[in-house]
Amino acid sequence: MRYLLRRLLVLLLTGWTALTINFVLPRLMPGNPAEVMLARFQGKLNPTALAALTIEFGLHTHQSLLAQYAAYWGHMLTGDFGLSLTYYPSSVGQMLAQAFPWTLGLVGFSTVLAFAAGTALGVMAAWRRGSRLDGVLMPVSLFLNSMPYFWFALLILYVFAFVLGWFPVSGGMSLTHHVAGWAGWLSLIQHAALPAATITVTAMGGWILTMRNNMVAVLGEDFVKFARAKGLPDRWVEYRYAARNAILPNFTGFAMALGFVVGGALLTEIVFSYPGLGYLLYEAVLNLDYPLMQAIFLFIALAVLIANFLADVAYVLLDPRVRTEGNP
Amino acid sequence: MSLRMLLRNRRALIGAAIFAFFLLLALLAPVLAPYSPTDINFPPMLGPSPRHLLGTTANGQDVLSQLIWGARPTLVVGLVTASITTALGLVVGVFGGYVGGWVDEILSTVTNVFLVMPGLPLMIIVAAYITVKGITPIIFVVAVTGWAWGARVLRSQALTLRHQAFVEAAQMSGESRWRIVLTHIVPNMLGIIVANFFGAALYAVLSEAGLEFLGLGNVNTVTWGTMLYWAENDEALLMGLWQWMVLPGLCIALLGTAFGLLNFAVDQVVNPRLRRT
Repeated sequence: MRYLLRRLLVLLLTGWTALTINFVLPRLMPGNPAEVMLARFQGKLNPTALAALTIEFGLHTHQSLLAQYAAYWGHMLTGDFGLSLTYYPSSVGQMLAQAFPWTLGLVGFSTVLAFAAGTALGVMAAWRRGSRLDGVLMPVSLFLNSMPYFWFALLILYVFAFVLGWFPVSGGMSLTHHVAGWAGWLSLIQHAALPAATITVTAMGGWILTMRNNMVAVLGEDFVKFARAKGLPDRWVEYRYAARNAILPNFTGFAMALGFVVGGALLTEIVFSYPGLGYLLYEAVLNLDYPLMQAIFLFIALAVLIANFLADVAYVLLDPRVRTEGNP
Repeated sequence: MSLRMLLRNRRALIGAAIFAFFLLLALLAPVLAPYSPTDINFPPMLGPSPRHLLGTTANGQDVLSQLIWGARPTLVVGLVTASITTALGLVVGVFGGYVGGWVDEILSTVTNVFLVMPGLPLMIIVAAYITVKGITPIIFVVAVTGWAWGARVLRSQALTLRHQAFVEAAQMSGESRWRIVLTHIVPNMLGIIVANFFGAALYAVLSEAGLEFLGLGNVNTVTWGTMLYWAENDEALLMGLWQWMVLPGLCIALLGTAFGLLNFAVDQVVNPRLRRT
């Protein structure tokens, strides 16, 4: 329990930090670029919306910083992220709600797949240490792990969508279909196939490497030797004894890996014009749409935080040593 | 860390060879590059030919010259950022891990906060607010957002060392805290520090490429990241200029692999449990 409470504290602190970064950033930068952005929209936005934005970004206000901070929290807690300048008159909240399911589906699916496949391959490589599989898998996963996501995305987009024409070039699904019905689902899967493949392949390398190292370390432990000496079948020792213990550190490593994968997924979405948060963020960056940009950062940060917390909970359920920590 | 073991490690040798290749490319760029990377006086969109071994870009620049000169900023960003993040991680991690108590509580909480914060989105918004574009802001952004990983690894190592007999002996003999940290703790962490340095360099190179691909660097400078930005904007692949798109990414991936191999090999040498038996 103590472990989970600590993690919860980190979760809350990180959430607070993300929110505060959003507040501080526009006020910290010399020659506030938000001013330039607002100047561009003078006359296009209605005056009330403009006034609200001016306050949000700390321009021309007579309020103290503390009062601004309090007002900012009020907006955030009521889910009021302001208006998107790019997609005016849509609000930032509406744009987020539209894009989020796409990213959640794509990243969620690919991450789980990459984790499962990478872990399985890592176990195999460690078990057959020194074999040809191990020899090939290591440099290959290092290379996969070092590829820029967006570059790999561009290459498979070119080969499988342009040259071979097997998959659609861009978008989330074809406009003639609705999600309901087989044709709609098929279109959805066709559009997601290449982005999902990009994320899975590039994210897998890291999992293979960490899992192999964990597994090699566990294989040197006495309890594995004992299990072998007892004459247990190899498969039994490999999975029930070694892999089960080797997988535990991967759950704590999930935090760092997830942040990295999400970053890569954002770039992948941009390459495929996939209608998720990454593409939206790209549009926001191009148009200097700071309200949208900041809200997307916040949203991604919170989603990653929650996913991390779930990984921590899973860790506690899987490893009894954490549960009894402090009260033996 | 035994240097001799590292020299006998095949992975380390391959990693070092690739790294040395790119280092030479960067250092000898003025000699090796046939043209100036920013010269736009060539016919645009040429395929490979004897005059332009890798063809030209849509703006009429020589791709080979860009590729060679592009090694410089990429290596600078990778190595400088890795030095900064490793130094930050070392200070935060070792200080917290060795001193312990509430100082450690605070430092490791801050580390954990930065660890869970997704790096690239944070980098993007910070970079979007910086009006001066170029390599220095990228180094700043990547270093500020990316130090936590090292801090965590180095802290746990310092924590283990603190309870080792030789450190406790030094404490008993009345050596000062700083002397213990500098002469007993840090030297014994050298392997992990070096491994962490290469890991950080890999992270920095990939982050730089991502930021520049988004147009958040200075798009008028020649780096592998900005090459990819222009190649994507001018639809290099559709024009059949595959070398313009494929090679900068391949260089990034190879340099990253070299950093990864070195990280892995050093880790293997310092961590006896990972050694091949």
